[in-house]
Amino acid sequence: MDYEVEAKYLSKKERRAIPRQHMPEQAPEVRNKDFSEVTLGFGLLEAQYEAARCIQCKDPACVKGCPVGINIPAFLEQIVEGDLNGAINTVWDKTALPAVCGRVCPQEIQCEEVCVVGKKKGREPVGIGNLEMFIADWARDTGVTNEVEIPPATGKRVAVIGSGPAGITVAGDLAKKGHEVTIYEAFHRAGGVLLYGIPEFRLAKNIVDYEIEQLKKLGVKIVCNTVVGRTVDVDELLEEMGYDAVFIGVGAGLPNFLNIPGEDLNGVFSANEYLTRANLMKAFDFPKYDTPIIPGKNVAILGAGNVAMDAARTAVRLGAKKVTIVYRRTREQSPSRKIEIHHAEQEGVQFKFLTSPLEFIGDANGKLVGINCEKMKLGEPDEGGRARPIPTGEHEYIDCDLAIISIGTSANPLLTKTTKNLKLNKWGNIEADRRTGKTTKKGVWAGGDITLGQATVILAMGMGRDAANSIDAYLNGEEW
Amino acid sequence: MYKIVKREEMAHGTIILNEIEAPQIAKKAKAGQFVILIANEYGERIPLTMADVDKEKGTITIIYMIVGKSTKLFSTLKVGDSYKDVVGPLGQPTHIEKKGTVVCVGGGTGTAVLHPITRAMYQAGNRVIAIVGARNKDYIIMKEQMQKVSHELRICTDDGSEGRHGFVTEELKEILESEDVAEVVAIGPVPMMKFVSKLTKEYSVPTTVSLNPIMIDGTGMCGGCRVTIGGMTKFACVDGPEFDGHQVDFDGLMRRLLAYKAEEEYSEKYSFEQEA
Repeated sequence: MDYEVEAKYLSKKERRAIPRQHMPEQAPEVRNKDFSEVTLGFGLLEAQYEAARCIQCKDPACVKGCPVGINIPAFLEQIVEGDLNGAINTVWDKTALPAVCGRVCPQEIQCEEVCVVGKKKGREPVGIGNLEMFIADWARDTGVTNEVEIPPATGKRVAVIGSGPAGITVAGDLAKKGHEVTIYEAFHRAGGVLLYGIPEFRLAKNIVDYEIEQLKKLGVKIVCNTVVGRTVDVDELLEEMGYDAVFIGVGAGLPNFLNIPGEDLNGVFSANEYLTRANLMKAFDFPKYDTPIIPGKNVAILGAGNVAMDAARTAVRLGAKKVTIVYRRTREQSPSRKIEIHHAEQEGVQFKFLTSPLEFIGDANGKLVGINCEKMKLGEPDEGGRARPIPTGEHEYIDCDLAIISIGTSANPLLTKTTKNLKLNKWGNIEADRRTGKTTKKGVWAGGDITLGQATVILAMGMGRDAANSIDAYLNGEEW
Repeated sequence: MYKIVKREEMAHGTIILNEIEAPQIAKKAKAGQFVILIANEYGERIPLTMADVDKEKGTITIIYMIVGKSTKLFSTLKVGDSYKDVVGPLGQPTHIEKKGTVVCVGGGTGTAVLHPITRAMYQAGNRVIAIVGARNKDYIIMKEQMQKVSHELRICTDDGSEGRHGFVTEELKEILESEDVAEVVAIGPVPMMKFVSKLTKEYSVPTTVSLNPIMIDGTGMCGGCRVTIGGMTKFACVDGPEFDGHQVDFDGLMRRLLAYKAEEEYSEKYSFEQEA
């Protein structure tokens, strides 16, 4: 692309002719050997050309498609005009974590899916996610921060449990309103799933650390190594420790297993364990870091969601010779983002669809050597509308020395079991008001995966924002 | 940071005691629960069951044997040094009630973990018989402390240098033959717990063991510590660490404990070379 003329000088017609600017990426054969970020980010001129593709709809569908309602046309036009400061502030107005969202939001089923530009035949939607990443990275690199005037201290105290996307959002929003906020985190570092779950190559950890630093600058106190439900419980926070409100954003961290024979063999992991070792504990840099990981030569990933792709691509980087995604449904039914499947394929990950594991096979030492699987075919749609995979009776043996189970997570009962009057649904998730995040327990709000089951970063943030507004109103005297 | 306020060496310096400032944990800790410690920025998360708690001083005590890279690293920490991270108390506390005669069997450093449980059983009004086993008399730890919290203390050594010349199971068998035992609590090396459980099953005496599988978070998040109990998968970190010894798949546990043997050896060699 020739960027000689700045995008703002282009005519409307010329703007419409600009093709979607492709995100520069590390070459697959380079990146599959290291953990640095795959996406390299737009340069300024590139970003301005991409932003100039927006036709500034009067009634923009993209804003409605964004779970937190960012004024997308406005920030895109500010980028075109070169008002980067204005652009980042437009974004910050609605989201606390644009550098994260620009990278991990499923834009193709949100803002970009409904983008009018992409509706025309042969045209692609505006790269809103890439531009959000651009503007957030620009702000971080240039040291522009979200300067808000913090009102005088209200004297109200809020405890936020969990330092993932929901907790970070609640803490930031309430600190900006003058409340005293403390985040309690079970791990030894703050960031939640952004840190232990999403790999470095998709979201650099210095970005997460930077966001946590921003929170601290707002006066938010972060207390790590605190397992609420064990070290302290919710009732103590409210009754003994003097918190006026509690927000629960502990995620859905309990890994589901397949419950098939051989699951306790060495070499069988949950994706949570595999990714936590690699990401949070930095096992990819073993033995400099003490936590080991079994690298695996021949790796099978069971499941085909985003987490499965993360696990597969991590295994590739740890030196596996062959990595195969084994999924009982088809490619079209995979819950993963298309871009994740695309990136995985580029890096050499193979796919085996319509294949369901029956039994893990081990050697005499209890080490995994393979998986007995059954071939499936598609049948009638299930309650969710997806065609149900049905067994064919035909078996297939897959050789592997490492298997990573990535079939979702459930609510962890550790906190909810130790909290009185907290109503849960049948899956163990906390029942919270969809609009306010209020739970059945007075003074306690909840949001993110602990209420939704397994969802996305942006939904957790959206719920965090709603809960923060509701908590602020309550602290200002509104009735429960 | 979690400061070490007391450090002791036992058994020729192979077993180390650390008393650590951790007031939040001390306030909540109950017998049978564990903590996870990280020595420094590069450290791994090491779970250890607490050997003692001082609620007034706000300290917890751990006792560990130097077996690998991380415990070697722990052993270099002096009084006044700190662990970077300590989290807890984790796991379910021991179920303590007055039952009658309770036999508490400890092997190796397991005796350290057994001590607070023995004390709680003693304070609950049980008649407590303690059996402590070790390689030889120099490796017997917590002897005086165990004496204080039991009605009877019996020692077994592999070489006969003190007490019975033989295994704790032989001593236990004698007791099971001669009196009514309401419960056995056995904590020590996995083979010891396995053979104690096998023996008590023959006598139908309820038996509690404390398991120490490899784990990361200690909150149920990784599933690495899964153990098979009565054919069901349980997480030692949240469902345990104590389980019914008659239901535990000890062979599976032993297998899983060896999962990283090669990596551990490599890591130790690496740190040795780094130092050199």
